Amino acid sequence: MSDTSKTPLLELKGVSKRFGSVQALYDVDFRSFAGEVMALVGDNGAGKSTLIKGIAGIHTFNDGQIIFDSSVVTINNPRDSAKLGIEVVYQDLALADNLDVVANMFLGREDTIAGFHLNKAEMERATIDTLDSLAVSTLQSVRQKVSGLSGGQRQAIAVAKAVMWNSKLVILDEPTAALGVAQTRQVLDLVRRLADQGLAVILISHNLHDVFEAADRVTILRLGQNVAEYMVADTNQEEVVQAITAGTLQRVPGMQEG
Amino acid sequence: MAEKTKVESRLLNSQKQQSVEDYFNQWRERIMAGDLGILPTILGLVVITIIFQSQNSNFLSPINFVNLMVQMAGLTVLAYGAVFVLLIGEIDLSVGYVSAVAAGAMVILSVPEPAGLGLPWYIALAGGLTVGLLIGIAHGLIITTFQLPAFVVTLAGFLFWNGVLLIILGNGGTIRLQDDFLRSFTRTFLPDIWGYIVALLFIGGYTVVQFYNRNIRTKRGLGVTPLAVVGLQIGILSLLSFGAVFYANQNRGIPAIAVFVVFLLVVLTYVVDSTRYGRYLMAVGGNKEAARRAGIPVELIRTSVFAISGLMAAIGGMILSIRLGSVSTSFEAGNLLLNAIAAAVIGGTSLFGGRGTIYSALIGALIISAVDSGLGLLSLSSGVKFVVTGLVLLSAVVIDSFSRRRQQQSGIA
Repeated sequence: MSDTSKTPLLELKGVSKRFGSVQALYDVDFRSFAGEVMALVGDNGAGKSTLIKGIAGIHTFNDGQIIFDSSVVTINNPRDSAKLGIEVVYQDLALADNLDVVANMFLGREDTIAGFHLNKAEMERATIDTLDSLAVSTLQSVRQKVSGLSGGQRQAIAVAKAVMWNSKLVILDEPTAALGVAQTRQVLDLVRRLADQGLAVILISHNLHDVFEAADRVTILRLGQNVAEYMVADTNQEEVVQAITAGTLQRVPGMQEG
Repeated sequence: MAEKTKVESRLLNSQKQQSVEDYFNQWRERIMAGDLGILPTILGLVVITIIFQSQNSNFLSPINFVNLMVQMAGLTVLAYGAVFVLLIGEIDLSVGYVSAVAAGAMVILSVPEPAGLGLPWYIALAGGLTVGLLIGIAHGLIITTFQLPAFVVTLAGFLFWNGVLLIILGNGGTIRLQDDFLRSFTRTFLPDIWGYIVALLFIGGYTVVQFYNRNIRTKRGLGVTPLAVVGLQIGILSLLSFGAVFYANQNRGIPAIAVFVVFLLVVLTYVVDSTRYGRYLMAVGGNKEAARRAGIPVELIRTSVFAISGLMAAIGGMILSIRLGSVSTSFEAGNLLLNAIAAAVIGGTSLFGGRGTIYSALIGALIISAVDSGLGLLSLSSGVKFVVTGLVLLSAVVIDSFSRRRQQQSGIA
């Protein structure tokens, strides 16, 4: 938390989110820097998913400010966030199984002629080039249906999809959750590579090993509130676990009336 | 990116080393792995043809062939609409009576006063189309606005539009279509030479598109289907097209309405396969949540398929009523609805969304109409007809289910 000189690419100031009577996020500050991996950790129900869904435009925050690239922005839908250069790789990967790799890579952003005719050859070529550049080496064909791919291959497609769009900020939701040891290794390398290329990366994870391996900073959420932000180099797993389970809350849920 | 120095792309190379032998080997592998494609449907059609032909030699006669093309036209167009709805994993139960109401609107607009309004044929046609389209849009908006199951909303539509039909025609009512030009739609047959010209245009168009796409892919450095395979495809298509024209020409020739049905097939197949809209349909049918996150206007797409379904129902209904020469309260809307959905499913379109083709509707409608026609020739009761059609539908979904399980086991689906 030392370098005040750096400006974050993305900064959330005091964002809140309510679902009916449930307060999922309460006055959360959060930031992410270009060229760095910011890990976002917290127990189940801490509000990690709610936070990234707000950034991605899946739902809107009730209160608070979003500052992106030094200007205040509003994100009302996924298109808004995509326009800013924010890409999200969800835990469930959000791939359409019945479509092939190319169609999934370009889903919602198809390259067209005259606005309606799919430019299939162009999209296929761009897909091949992107996958080659990320050294995704296990795929047989880009015209394979996604339903026939392995977990690691799907993850690779989802990440490749996110970086193909000249994105500035990539959010990865539990990218290693369903993967074996070797595949986890590859994905963490990929995460590191994204940041080294100058992207801001937000890595959501349950696995502190992953966090300490790949992240530069870590933000800890607890019960919908931000309880700490550390430089990974300046902290240890014990301190992070302490914050996850017993971090100091500004407000105790259920006692706000008093 | 650092890895861009890699010169050889394995993904590109794997495309390029395609010989004819590779192509057929891959094809055989896909079939062995359970991806049967259209094969079982074609096989079914052949079996049905052999059975009926052996029972009554008139089944394959040119006159019956030409009749079949006219008889199946209305059902086929309705089934096209059903494919759109099924592609996004929904269902439209209202199409039977929507088609009857649209046809009723057309007839009333066209028939002279006092029974109708005596308007020109083109206004009558446009009126029928508009009615179908608006009803479809209304269904879609109700389903998406109130987030109701399409099954229930269109079931309500089935009852509602049945009622509307009874009201506008009066109980037991029949209105006969009198406009000669409208009636000519299903009574016009192409002169022999024009049949061949249309077939030639069809195959020529297919060839041009094939080579245009090859050219684009080659320019991008992508692999292409071996030339010999493309030649074989064009050859088979030519044989079928010219064969059909030759055979029909032994009788009255190719019906104009059949040309329209094939034209619609080409247009709609283009929409589904090669447009942004078609891609969105597939995505919504495959994974609604993924589509939503990708910024696809899911609710708009859902509404649109009901609009298309309504429009196709109107076209189909008008074709049927023009062929019959009237609209009456005994319009068999229930059968029409079930046959339209059955046709799409028999042809291989999934009930669960994301999988299907427009031509599946054509082939399914052909099978259903062939069974209908064949049993008619054998003068069997309509009871037998339903039993047979039911069995055909059942075997189609059983084969589909087996092939899908096989594909999952071999990891290609």
